[in-house]
Parts: sequence; structure tokens; C-alpha cells
Amino acid sequence: MSEGLDLLLDVRGVSKHFGGVYALNNASLSVVRGEVHALIGPNGAGKTTLIHVLSGALPCNGGRVVFDGNDLERRPMHERVTLGLARSYQITNIFTRLTVLDNVAMAVQSRVRDWGSSFSFWKPFSLDSAIIGEAHALLAQVSLSGMANRLAGQLSHGEQRSLEVALALATKPKLLLLDEPMAGMGPEESERMVGLIEHLAQQVTILLVEHDMDAVFRLADRISVLVGGTVIASGSPEAIRGDAEVRRAYLGDEVA
Amino acid sequence: MGLYATTTRRRIAAVFVLLGLIALPWGMRLIGQEFYVSFASRVLIMALAATSLNLVIGFGGMVSFGHAAFFGAGAYCVAVLAESGVTSAWLAWPAATGVAAVLAVLVGAISLRTRGVYFIMITLAFAQMVFYLVVSLKTWGGDDGLPLLQRSAFGSLDLKDDSTFYFVVLAILAFVLFMLDRIAHSRFGRVIQSIRENEVRMEALGYPVFSFKLVCFSLGGALAGLAGALMANQAGLASPNLLHWMQSGILMVMIVIGGVGSVFGGVVGAVLLLVCEEAFVEITPHWQIGLGLLLLAVVLWAPLGIAGLFGWGRNRE
Ligand SMILES: Nc1ncnc2c1ncn2[C@@H]1O[C@H](COP(=O)(O)OP(=O)(O)OP(=O)(O)O)[C@@H](O)[C@H]1O
Ligand SMILES: [Mg+2]
Repeated sequence: MSEGLDLLLDVRGVSKHFGGVYALNNASLSVVRGEVHALIGPNGAGKTTLIHVLSGALPCNGGRVVFDGNDLERRPMHERVTLGLARSYQITNIFTRLTVLDNVAMAVQSRVRDWGSSFSFWKPFSLDSAIIGEAHALLAQVSLSGMANRLAGQLSHGEQRSLEVALALATKPKLLLLDEPMAGMGPEESERMVGLIEHLAQQVTILLVEHDMDAVFRLADRISVLVGGTVIASGSPEAIRGDAEVRRAYLGDEVA
Repeated sequence: MGLYATTTRRRIAAVFVLLGLIALPWGMRLIGQEFYVSFASRVLIMALAATSLNLVIGFGGMVSFGHAAFFGAGAYCVAVLAESGVTSAWLAWPAATGVAAVLAVLVGAISLRTRGVYFIMITLAFAQMVFYLVVSLKTWGGDDGLPLLQRSAFGSLDLKDDSTFYFVVLAILAFVLFMLDRIAHSRFGRVIQSIRENEVRMEALGYPVFSFKLVCFSLGGALAGLAGALMANQAGLASPNLLHWMQSGILMVMIVIGGVGSVFGGVVGAVLLLVCEEAFVEITPHWQIGLGLLLLAVVLWAPLGIAGLFGWGRNRE
């Protein structure tokens, strides 16, 4: 099906069960380099579980994941990040007691591999102007410049969602896994996030989990539909919109 | 202002405290209380041990209940070396530090695979194993401990002189605190403090969290070993008490009172606790009730400890 395409991520028959509950059941999908690939599906379909498996937060019970030519099996989370696989969290996961700038600086620092790297014990971090400069640039990109010195825990929900994306972005990934970046946002904030993702799509491949169908059809180059832990369809937005099985299983009235 | 350790007026205050401590032996001589110089050495050594635990608990967020193992290992190392004729401080003290570091790497490599209460329990279990092992060894004095017949030889300095010994201890403590202050503000220091804040997120940002924690844990263990070496010299004995879990508990109480995660927290706590003990133990054997109340008050109203109250700790919100 996807032969000849430049696959960045290839998920083959991945399963994950919690006790008797199959959250993922032989799920397969592939992400082509450069695209925005949306992953949609009803609540409890296994979308977040798939993100956990891809990022290495959860081991899977079967199947293979190949990322950029590397088999990810048994690779710890931090190694996957080094390979270029970064994620955001559906439930905001930031350093609430650190400043917004420190949050992003910590993310930027993770990929600094110059002398001493993060095992440098001596030089004061405040002199790391390259890291701090890059952190400021990232904050500008997600419209958080004015908040740099605020504690992350004091930001509004929408601002925290933006910071969440900035953290993932700061690792300079090849593939960005975004788990419902618009979750809980108001219409204005959502609009801004869609704009941001549109902008990011020019630099990085994105696997986007999202419930907001307007955003999905606006952003996605391709869409995969996950139902009950299995990908029941993958294709262009038009094909998905017209797929009878998808309409029955999931889209229902929403696009009718 | 985040919760990383900060540098402000704190450093200026530290210089004044240091000057005061340098003057202490002369002051004691003036008022004819030279006995207290030896006591002051003990306080500073405990301050060093507490500081080393603060690196692990306060900065790295690893609530270790087995720190006494490394403290005691340093003490026994010096005493055992002295028995076999190695009395040079230049050899014995680095050896004690190294032995404690190796022990900490071994304990850490296993314990750090667990979290929370399990980590507390497994570090405690390791420390108790070391305690019972050492106490069971008759060649090392069993319950009585291993006497150190004379203090280590330190170049041309005569450590048998209490004032000289005090100055050496003070210099080491000052150096370690200076190092800790540098580390707290370095990339490494910020990484371990961020791991303390949110371990999962750090892993998801690409940090090999386990390695960072192990390095931090081992560094703390090594410094505890150095403190143990000094303690054996101060007391003239490597005592099994140094290995006992109560020792771990005392060090923990010190950093909680002094300030968890602040550079001077261990020092403040050790000084407060030992000076109070010295002052009140004569008056009433129940002075520890007062200590309990103080601990309660700190935990409830000053979670950053006494150092935090004076703005010496981590930044407030
Ligand atoms: N840690 C866990 N233990 C047990 N069951 C779990 C666990 N995590 C997820 N599940 C179950 O796995 C299934 C898939 O959950 P998942 O969170 O992946 O769904 P989702 O597609 O992300 O849903 P949503 O749209 O609501 O975010 C659900 O039935 C859920 O209850
Ligand atoms: Mg989800």
C-alpha cells in the first residue's frame, strides 16, 4: 500500500492489553515523512495507549514499531527522543514549579551534546546563553514570550497546552506525537493552536491525535481511524470522509 | 523564580558565617572553653554528612533511608587502613570516599529501579545488611567498633591538635559547600532538580534519568564516606552506631529542619540539632520532645526548612 513512500514511522500489528482489556489489538499504521497524519477514534479507542507505546512509556505485548529505520523494541524512552521521536501529553505534563523559560530551557538542554553536556557540574547554567536564547525563540513561536519568568503552574490552561507543545518541539524531533493538543481549549485558543500546528507542519512530521473534526480535516494530509484498538481505515481526508465503515463506526452524524 | 536553588545574598552571608567559624577556636580559648572546639568539629562533620544526604534527597529527590551505610563505610575504611599501617590522610581519606562511592554505585544501581516507599525500604534494607555484616565481624570489633589509635597524618599538620583538626574539617566543609553551590547551578544540577520535579517528563525530553540519579546518589554516598573518615578521626573510633538506621534518620531530620534542597540546609540543620542537644540534654532528658515539636512546626509551616525562612533555600513562589 505504502511501497515507495518514505516511511518515517511504521507500526505493524501492535497489541497492548491491560489484564483482559485489549487497548490495542493488532494496530497498524504508517506515517510518511513530511505529512500531518491524524489519528482519530472514539473515546477509549486506544489512541493515547498507542502514543504511550510509540514513545516508550508503555511496553507493547506484540508487534513491531520501526522509526526512521530503527526497530524501537526495548529502546527506553530517552533513546527514542534522541532518535527524533518526541511527544506531548493529553493531560498536561510540565514542570509546574519551574518558570516557563526553565521548562523550555531544560528541553533544549536535553539535546545539547557539546563538551560536558548535561553532566557538566561546574559551569553556571546562567551562562549558557545559547540554550537560553533558543528557549526564548521557542517561547516566541508558541506565543508565550510574555510569560517567560512566570511559574508554569500559574499559566492558564491554554497557555500550559502551548508550553506542553513547546517542550516536545524543543527536542527538535523528526516526528512530533501530539496527543489532543487542543484538549480543553476555548475556540480562540484552539484556533491559535491550529495555526501553530499548521506552521510546525512545514518543519516536522506530525502524528496528531484529535477529536475536533474541523481541525483534523483542516490539518491532516492523511487520517487513520482507530476503533476498539484496531486501525479500521487509513487514507486521505476525502477517502475517510466517504468511507462507509468509518461513518458507521465513528464519524456518524458529525460529517453527515 | 522557579524552585531551583538560587544564589543571592546567601553567598555574602556564608562568607560572614565562615569568618565567624574561623575565629571560633580563638574565641573558645578566650573564654576558656576549649572543649567545645572538638564538639564544633563533630558538628561540622555531621553538617558535611547531612549536606551529602541533602544532595541525594533535596536535590535529586531520592528519599534514601540508607545513607548511614556510606557514612559508616568511610569511618571503617579509615580505621581498617590505620590498623594495617596506612595512616596518611592523603591515602586514607580518598580511599574512604572511594569505598563509599563504590558501595553507593552498587546500592544505587539496584535501589534506583524502584520508586517511592519501595526505594525508602530497599535503601534501608541495604544499610541494615551492611550494619549487621560489620557488627558480626569480630576482627572489626563487633559491637564495640574499631578504635582508631591515632588521627590520620596530614602532611606537616598535627591533627592531634583539636584546633588544627577543626580547621581542616572546616576547610573541607567549606570546599564541599562551594562545590555543591556550583553543582546546583550547573547543567547537571538543574537536571537533577528537574528530575525531582517531574521524572517522567524528563525521560520524555530525552534525559537518561536513571544515569543522572545514579551519579547523584553515588556522589552523595562518596561525600558521606568522606564525612565518615573525618568522624572516625574525631571520635577516635569507627563505631557501628555510624552505620545504624537511626543515623540515617538523624541526618534526614537535620536536612528537613535545615532545608531540603537548599545548599546550606544540611549545615543549618546539623548545627541546630546538635547545639540544642548539647544545650538541653543537661537540663532534661526529654529534650527530644522539643525536637519533635520543632520538626512538626517546620514540616507544617516552613517546608523549605530554616534555611528557607531566611531566603537561603530554594526560591519561594
Ligand atoms: N493503565 C491502564 N490500565 C487499564 N486500562 C487502561 C489503561 N490505560 C488505558 N486503559 C484502557 O484502554 C483503553 C484505551 O484507552 P486510551 O486512553 O488509549 O483511549 P483514547 O483513545 O486515548 O481515549 P480518549 O479519546 O478518551 O483519550 C480504554 O478502554 C482504557 O480504559
Ligand atoms: Mg487519549
